Amino acid sequence: MAHAVELRDFRLEIHHFRVRLAVVAGFVLAVFGLLAARFFYLQVVHHEHYRTLAEQNRISIVPIVPNRGIIVDRNGVVLAHNHSAYTLEIRPSKVEDLEALIDELATIVDIAPKDRKRFHKLLEESKNFESLPIRTRLSEEEIARFAANRYRFPGVEINARLFRQYPQGELFSHVVGHIGRINQRELDQLEADGLVANYRGTDYIGKTGLEQSYERFLHGTTGVEEVEVDSGGRAVRTLSRTPPVSGNNLVLTLDAKLQEMVYRAFGDKRGALVAIEPGTGGVLAFVSKPGFDPNLFVEGIDPQNWNELNTSPDRPMVNRALAGTYPPGSTFKPYMALAALTYGKRTPQQTINDPGYFMFGGHQFRDSRPGGNGVVDMYKSIVKSSDTYYYMLANDLGIDAIARFMAQFGFGARTGIDVTGEAVGVLPSQEWKLRRFKQKWYAGETISIGIGQGYNAYTPLQLAAAIATVANDGVMYRPHIVNYIEDIRTRERTAVEPSPLRTLDLKPEHLAVVKQALVGVNKEGTGARAFAGAGYVSAGKTGTAQVIGLKQGEKYVESRVQERLRDHALFIAYAPADQPSIALAVVVENAGFGARAAAPIARKALDYYLLGKVPEPVKTGKDDDDASGG
Amino acid sequence: MEPTGLPANSWNGIRRLAARLTRHIDGVLLGIVLALMVVGLAVLFSASNANLARVSGQLVNLLVGLAVMWTFANVPPHYLMRYAVPLYVLGMLLLVCVAAFGEVVNGARRWLYVGLTRIQPSELMKIAVPLMMAWYFERYEATLKLRNYTAAVVLLAVPVGFIARQPDLGTALLIAASGFYVLFLAGLSWRVIAGLAVAGAGSLPLLWSTLHDYQRQRILTLIDPMQDPLGAGYHTIQSTIAVGSGGVIGKGWLKGTQAHLDFIPERTTDFIFAVYSEEFGLLGNLVLLVLFMLVIARGLVITANAPTLFTRLLAGAVTLTFFTYAFVNMGMVSGLLPVVGVPLPLMSYGGTSLVTICLGFGILMSIQTHKKLVQT
Repeated sequence: MAHAVELRDFRLEIHHFRVRLAVVAGFVLAVFGLLAARFFYLQVVHHEHYRTLAEQNRISIVPIVPNRGIIVDRNGVVLAHNHSAYTLEIRPSKVEDLEALIDELATIVDIAPKDRKRFHKLLEESKNFESLPIRTRLSEEEIARFAANRYRFPGVEINARLFRQYPQGELFSHVVGHIGRINQRELDQLEADGLVANYRGTDYIGKTGLEQSYERFLHGTTGVEEVEVDSGGRAVRTLSRTPPVSGNNLVLTLDAKLQEMVYRAFGDKRGALVAIEPGTGGVLAFVSKPGFDPNLFVEGIDPQNWNELNTSPDRPMVNRALAGTYPPGSTFKPYMALAALTYGKRTPQQTINDPGYFMFGGHQFRDSRPGGNGVVDMYKSIVKSSDTYYYMLANDLGIDAIARFMAQFGFGARTGIDVTGEAVGVLPSQEWKLRRFKQKWYAGETISIGIGQGYNAYTPLQLAAAIATVANDGVMYRPHIVNYIEDIRTRERTAVEPSPLRTLDLKPEHLAVVKQALVGVNKEGTGARAFAGAGYVSAGKTGTAQVIGLKQGEKYVESRVQERLRDHALFIAYAPADQPSIALAVVVENAGFGARAAAPIARKALDYYLLGKVPEPVKTGKDDDDASGG
Repeated sequence: MEPTGLPANSWNGIRRLAARLTRHIDGVLLGIVLALMVVGLAVLFSASNANLARVSGQLVNLLVGLAVMWTFANVPPHYLMRYAVPLYVLGMLLLVCVAAFGEVVNGARRWLYVGLTRIQPSELMKIAVPLMMAWYFERYEATLKLRNYTAAVVLLAVPVGFIARQPDLGTALLIAASGFYVLFLAGLSWRVIAGLAVAGAGSLPLLWSTLHDYQRQRILTLIDPMQDPLGAGYHTIQSTIAVGSGGVIGKGWLKGTQAHLDFIPERTTDFIFAVYSEEFGLLGNLVLLVLFMLVIARGLVITANAPTLFTRLLAGAVTLTFFTYAFVNMGMVSGLLPVVGVPLPLMSYGGTSLVTICLGFGILMSIQTHKKLVQT
């Protein structure tokens, strides 16, 4: 047997070998079959999926941001437009050491500490992959210097961008508002509204004022460019292009000159003025003083300016005309008189005796004129601004009748003007107090309501809308600031139609009485001095609103009261008296009597608007002898 | 060619010379190989963005390869046997040198500087190891015992171990595979194979612990490429997209977007199959599979008819190594296998591995055409 093992059987060996080869061949076939199956799986079964992925690799959808519509006043004066400027931008995702990079950049272009701060603020707020500006508005020289050194700065680029600019600066800071970088909250809102696609590539959105409320008209439609890119993201060629559609322009009812005039007329005082065209509701001037430079916000405000604006005791960011609420003071009286006539509580001729105070429930309600105005009828009550007359009247009308009547004029309700952020104000009533304080109304509280004090608190816009309604004989229009929306391509203008809110239930003869008295104010009453020598007949009413309550028997002495606690000066007016084309309300904060501080501003506004008169530089003389009633 | 103008005897002389030159060339194998080379050049033209310098460079590589093939076709197998041991010893020495003072490139110690050029000894071992093992089995052919197989495993394991530690896992696995083919064809018993398989599976966790981080990463990436789409998974993702987006008929020559927009990395070398697959689709892939199978089939026929154990084992190892190259590369590009540095034979740009492959084909041709000489 051992011998047999020694002898090799070649044929058997070859046979064994070939069996093994056959196994190997089978293995090869199986493996190639596996590959073929894999190819089939990728190229047939999932072909669509991979085709899409390849297309996504290849095609980059680049949004083309539309030009934002511009904003002009009624005469075409530009209030907001776009200008092209070069920015130096950093793509943080492509930079390892940002600080070192910025330090090095600073050797080539000017980078101020506030630029750095702003950049860091933007960096915190931004999503990744974005290009963020470190410097805006580069000079030609800086561009040239950077271009020569750009190889040293991967991830840094110069871009030509359109910037929003507000050439009027602080004049229209509140009403036109400003744009700013889109934040997370706004992004969420856009998402909820299904507008995210249209905002691809858009960094800015209207933040305040008309820029915010007319955002969807101003923004336009984003265009799209399909670009073939390589793996490095470099564009190889353009595949298709859908051009963007520019945003619509806004033509306002505002008069920029009037606005500027009024703004200057305030001097260094704080306050607000709203002027309205009574027959349409178009707003002619919408001033809140002090303002601020809206251009600061466009590229993201630097922390220093932000702090200054935020901590300033003047609170320049508050839109006083829209969101500031003030007691109307004596400017409330004409409406009280109308209520008396309408509800039959007084006749025009009916007189009262004004001893200088009104006693109610053991309390003495003092008249602002010591010793009173003697015998007072309705005309005199308005012209001389008798408090005692209206203490009594308020008591006779009762709080709910007052509230019911005043509500018609829009007191204590939003006017529905086309900017957001309107304050409601307070039109006091029994029901309001119960709701607000869970307390019942005391009859004594009604007395000072009659002279526009107490809980009364209205926005200058509401005051202006109300006096415009009187000027327009009881037909009230919704105030609006935008006159036309203009399509930039077709030049087609869509007018914002004047919309009458309501026609008040007022008797013409009652209105006539009150309007005659308002004319009397500027002719022979508390407004006479301010309107002396006016080349037109105007109607007006002064008002002084207490900032602090006075104790019984205490006398208000202006010089003794801290400036911020002094009374607010108010004035409402319209002109020409027979055919009013402008109605306005002015509030000057902590300026004392309305006749002294507020009426002259109104006079300048009316002079300019009606006569085209540009006032001489503001006099600083004292003319405060028309003190009574305020 | 016009015979007129030349004397009849010189025409005959040329004919005789041609016959002598082609005597050891296997026409079938050469035909398929040439077909693959032409396809490879066409794909390279596309993959290199019509870079003629690259294409002509590869043409030179191919010509060198063909020359090597012709040379080795003319070397009788018993000459090869004579050089098996010295070659193996030389290879081992070089591997030791690499380990001692090799050049570190991309974190791996694979290259050895010799004068002006650098060489990669692991490439030499692709031939030297199966050659050595075939020689060994031939020598102990009469009395093959389990210890002979064990010794052969040692001959295989030592160089594989060195190469794996460079680290060059791809080459190590290829050589290990070629060695295994020799063992298998040499008649390693099925029981031992089964035992090895079980032991291998059992030692996988141990193997895992010896892997380098980047190697583990490649394997993890294969399981889920999306866990690092811009890093380790990038190659696999982009090449899979290229293959899948090719569809049935492909995007057309020069029209692959993945290729021409630079999304496929290393697309002229290890990932050239992605370019081919994107531009020629499933049909092109099947054609290529058939061409590769024809090469392998021819190789297996040569193997089956080889006269001696040495030539059988050598031919089998060469053929199956070629198969392994092709499978591993296409499997890697299509996302079946982890990314290892294995070129697609005859198609990928590059001289070194091409020369090794052609050398293998030369050996196959030699074995096929020297049969009668050996038998007589």
